[in-house]
Amino acid sequence: MDWQAVQLTLQLAAATTTILAFVGLPLAYWLAMSRARGRFLVEAIVALPLVLPPTVLGFYLLTAMGPHSPGGRFYQSLTGSLLPFSFPGLLVGSVLYNLPFAVRPFMAAFATMDRRLIEASWCLGESPLRTFFRVTLPICRPGILAGLVLTFAHTIGEFGVVLMIGGNIPGVTRTLSIAIYDDVQALNYASAAQTSWVLLGFSFAALLVVQFLGRRGSGV
Amino acid sequence: MTSELIVDFEKRYPGGATIAATLRQPADRFSLTVLFGPSGCGKTTVLRALAGLERPERGTITFAGETWLDSESNVNRSPQSRDVGFLFQDYALFPHRTVAANVGFGLRTMSGEDRSRRVTELLTSFELAGLEHRYPHELSGGQRQRTALARALARRPRLLLLDEPLSALDAGLREQLRGRLRRQLAEFGVPTVVVTHDRVEAIALADQVVVMQQGRVLQAGSVEQIFSHPRDLATARIVGVETVVPGEIIAVRDGLAEVRVGGATLTAVAPDVAVRSVYVCLKGEDVVVQRAATAGSSVRNQLPAVVRALSPEGPLVRVALDCGFELTALVTRPACEELQLQPGDRVTALFKAPAIHLIPKE
Repeated sequence: MDWQAVQLTLQLAAATTTILAFVGLPLAYWLAMSRARGRFLVEAIVALPLVLPPTVLGFYLLTAMGPHSPGGRFYQSLTGSLLPFSFPGLLVGSVLYNLPFAVRPFMAAFATMDRRLIEASWCLGESPLRTFFRVTLPICRPGILAGLVLTFAHTIGEFGVVLMIGGNIPGVTRTLSIAIYDDVQALNYASAAQTSWVLLGFSFAALLVVQFLGRRGSGV
Repeated sequence: MTSELIVDFEKRYPGGATIAATLRQPADRFSLTVLFGPSGCGKTTVLRALAGLERPERGTITFAGETWLDSESNVNRSPQSRDVGFLFQDYALFPHRTVAANVGFGLRTMSGEDRSRRVTELLTSFELAGLEHRYPHELSGGQRQRTALARALARRPRLLLLDEPLSALDAGLREQLRGRLRRQLAEFGVPTVVVTHDRVEAIALADQVVVMQQGRVLQAGSVEQIFSHPRDLATARIVGVETVVPGEIIAVRDGLAEVRVGGATLTAVAPDVAVRSVYVCLKGEDVVVQRAATAGSSVRNQLPAVVRALSPEGPLVRVALDCGFELTALVTRPACEELQLQPGDRVTALFKAPAIHLIPKE
C-alpha cells in the first residue's frame, strides 16, 4: 500500500468536496429556483462531465493551463509556477470534473423542496440568505450530504483527468488509482489487488451511505 | 391619513390570464374580509400579492398610508418588510422544527427569555401546551392548523392573511372550528383577509365579502348584501343562496329551533352548537309562493308576505317578498303567470324547516 498516495488522494478528495460545497450549493440553488432563460445552458454545461471522456476534459485543461495560454501565463505571473503537474492544477481539474456529482444531487434536493416553506420564512421576516440557512439547508440536508459523499468517493477513484493534468509524480500528483495503474504496469499484482480491494470497499460503503440518506430524505 | 388597506391592482400571467382586484378594509382594528369565489378565480393570487409573494404589473397597495406597491414609482416592498402573517393552505409548517420552534421562528431578534414567554403565551391560547416538543408530522390536522396560526400571529403582524384556513381539515372538525376561528382572530385584533371557496365559511367569518370570478371582483359588501342582494346573475350563481338574514334562536325543542327573524318566527333544524345569533340561509328554489295559506300541510313555515319586486332570470322569476324580513323565492315563469303575481300582492310564502340552514354567528 502506497501511504503517500493514500494521503494525497484523501487530500484531493477533501479539498474538492469542500470547494464544491461552496461553489456547488449556490449554483444548484440558482439552477433549481431560477426561471432565467440561460438556465438550461448552464445546466447542460454542469452535466457535461457525465458524458465527456475525462481525457478530453484533461486535454483542454492542460492546454488552457499551459505556458502558452493567457490563463497559464497569468497564473505563472502570480505564483511563479504552472498549474499542470501540480496539486493545485489537479484540484482545478478535479473540481470541474466532479461538478455534476455535487450539483445534481443538490439540485434534486432543492427542486423537491416545498417552495412555500421558503415563502413562509420570508413572511416571518427572515431574509433570503437567512431563510437558506434556517430552512432550505436543514430540510435539504440528506440530499446535500449525498452529493458531498458522492463527490468525495468519485474523486478518490478519479483516473483520467488526474493522469492528463497531474501525471504521476509521487507525493504531488500520484493518487491511488494511478498507483494501481503503476503497479499493474510493473506487474506488481499483489499491491494492485490490495489497493483495489480498499477502493472497492470504500466505494460500496459510500453508496450505502448515499442510499441511507436518500431513504431518510424521503421519509420525513 | 386614513387607516385603511387600499388595494387596486392587476396581475397578468404569461398565458393571458389577468387577475384584477380592488379592495378596501380598515387597517387599525379587527375586521375580516373574505375573498370568496370558485377555485381558480384568482383569490389566492390576490392574497399572495398582499403578502408581497407575487408582484402585480400594474396598480397600488397601501396599508395605513404606507405604500406597499406602486407600479408607477416602481415600489414593491418585500414580504419581510410588510409585517404580515400568512397562513398557507396546508399550513407549510417547517418539518424539521418542533411546534415551539415553528411558533418562535419569526422571533429570532427577541431575547431568549422574551421569546420563550411569547411562545408559551401563544401555545396556551391556541391549546398547544404540552405539544411544544412534537414535530409537525406527529400532530393532528387541527393541531397543525393552530400551530400555523400561532406562528403567523407570533410577530404581532399588522395584517393577517389566511388561505383556505379550514379546507385541510375533515368535515367534522371544520364545523367545530369555524365559529371558534373568528372568535380567536377577534381576540388578537388584527385585520384579516381570508380566502375561501366555502360559502358557509364565508358567511360565518366575514364582516365583508368580496366575490371573485375569473380574475375579477364581481361585488363587495356585507354578508347580507352579497348573499341576499347579489348585484347580478353571475354573483347570484356563485353565492348560490338567495336569502341570508341575521336571526336569533329564542327556543330549542326536540332538535328544532324557533328563530326570530325581523318580525317573523321560523322553525328550523337546530344547529349542533348552542348559540343565539345565527345567519338564516334559505335557497330561492325552496320557497313556495301561494295565494292563500294551506291547512293540514307538513310545511312548518307559512308566512304572510307582500310581493315587492319581480325580476325574470331566464326560465325563472326572482320574487322579492317582504314577510317581516326580506325573502327571495325562485319560481318558474309559467307559475308566476298562473298566479298573476304583481308587486304589492299579498301572498303566503312556504318553506320546510329542513330547507333553512342556520349558520352560527359568534
